[in-house]
Amino acid sequence: MTKVVVPVKRKRIDPLSLMLRFFVILAAVLTAAVVVSIVGYIAIKGIPYIKPSLFAWKYTSQNVSLMPSLVNTVLTLILALVIATPLGIFAAVYLAEYAKRGNTFVKIIRMAAETLSGIPSIIYGLFGYLTFVLFWRGYSILAGGLTLAIMVLPVIMRTTEEALLAVPDMYREGSFGLGAGRLRTVLRVVLPPAIPGILAGVILATGRIVGETAALVFTAGSTEKIPSSLFDSAATLAVHMYNISREGLHIGQAYATALVLIALVVLINMLSAWVAKKMTGEHNG
Amino acid sequence: MRAVFLIAAFVCVLCVIFICYFLFSSGLAPIAEYGPLKFIFGASWKPSSGLFGIAPMIVGSIYVTAGAIIIGVPIGVLTAMFMSHFCQKKLYRVLKPAVSLLAGIPSVVYGFFGLLVMVPAARTLFGGVGGKSVFTASVLLGMMILPTVISVSEAALRAVPTQYYEGALALGASHERSVFFAVLPAAKSGVMTSIVLGIGRAIGEAMAVTMVAGNQPIFPASLTSGVRTLTANIVQEMGYAADTHREMLIATAVVLFVFILLINLLLSAMKGSKRR
Repeated sequence: MTKVVVPVKRKRIDPLSLMLRFFVILAAVLTAAVVVSIVGYIAIKGIPYIKPSLFAWKYTSQNVSLMPSLVNTVLTLILALVIATPLGIFAAVYLAEYAKRGNTFVKIIRMAAETLSGIPSIIYGLFGYLTFVLFWRGYSILAGGLTLAIMVLPVIMRTTEEALLAVPDMYREGSFGLGAGRLRTVLRVVLPPAIPGILAGVILATGRIVGETAALVFTAGSTEKIPSSLFDSAATLAVHMYNISREGLHIGQAYATALVLIALVVLINMLSAWVAKKMTGEHNG
Repeated sequence: MRAVFLIAAFVCVLCVIFICYFLFSSGLAPIAEYGPLKFIFGASWKPSSGLFGIAPMIVGSIYVTAGAIIIGVPIGVLTAMFMSHFCQKKLYRVLKPAVSLLAGIPSVVYGFFGLLVMVPAARTLFGGVGGKSVFTASVLLGMMILPTVISVSEAALRAVPTQYYEGALALGASHERSVFFAVLPAAKSGVMTSIVLGIGRAIGEAMAVTMVAGNQPIFPASLTSGVRTLTANIVQEMGYAADTHREMLIATAVVLFVFILLINLLLSAMKGSKRR
């Protein structure tokens, strides 16, 4: 940690230092202004439209309820996480516990994970379209879930690996010393203390899924209905938001929906930070 | 079980291979058929008359990304400096969550805000023109890359050993001069990484840009003219395109993908050189 050293009081500040300080403070004020203006404006415009009708079970063109899309978001989320979480955790276990460091294969996996996390969501969307949508001949919530699973896989992998590496080697040595094998050590000794870290990663992935639009428009489609099967099209909350803001007929409701979306993502991110903090606190304590 | 873990780890590699395979196999053939030079340097995109030149979109993507960097990087890096060396702990406890809040806002919400607040504001600013324009898209993208630039730069600035700062102070430099001329140069590689990450985010952003850029498939003549990016080209037309038109949109994605791969390559090269 860098400690902020309070500068010694001096009689005069030279003009360059004064100018530099001015720019630094100006930038911070601008950043704060961006946050306040976006969140504040949407909150002020949106709060009057947070009404029970916005949460009606059925979406109609008169009442653009967000409830069906909220349910769809949860369904998509479950689908994506059910696939990505075990894969991500297993992959991280391999990287952290089994692989030898500096192995070429490990390097390839890491490079692949880095590449995946750099790919923009619209490319994921097109990939999902070219594979899942064309294969099942239509937009479906399953196609959306699978696409998002690939998208968040590197997030879960990286956070799990970090959590596993944070577990002290003493734990492993103790377990081996008592005669446990590699697998038993991983499952019984290394994974339990890493659970908060893994959870933080999963929640982080949740935040990305909830806010995602571009990867879903051409995979899960934009049908404003709760799907009756995995092969039905379903718009999530973010896609619903995109639809109503593009139509421009229900601006007030769009503000309210944006507000709900921001609130959701903020809550999810706060939860993730809180869980992660709890983990580091336990380790230090 | 070792095999299971290994296979899970390999899924990542498989995904990259699949994504490359499906994109290139469906995108390269139409490019080859149409003529790669005609496709990349062609100045007109008129799907109804069979003209598929994406030069305006490539230029558009570069313009708005450059604009985002010009706006987002100075503000972001200076804010990171404020957070690491200028602000008190109390203020930091407010500013840090505010920046992560900015990172969490979904791009469609940015787009919505841009459409309803920034587009009319830009129109007033330029006297009736330029609502949906290079300018608006650049400013919005600049705002969107702020959290990336700030958090990566801040981490880099904090990683600089305190001796650099203290040494500069001891030589008689002021607090500001020490931070700017001793700490910042030492954090150069981290700051550069933050800029490249910002470029990646800006060039790949689809929804928000589509909502505020105007999307005319022509070379933008000025800051106030409308612009279409590679991503917007896909978002705009994928919904209804068929046959050759659709293949050409996938080909557009291939070009975007190549840009992203180049940026990734640059990133890993930078990381490699940092280790040495």
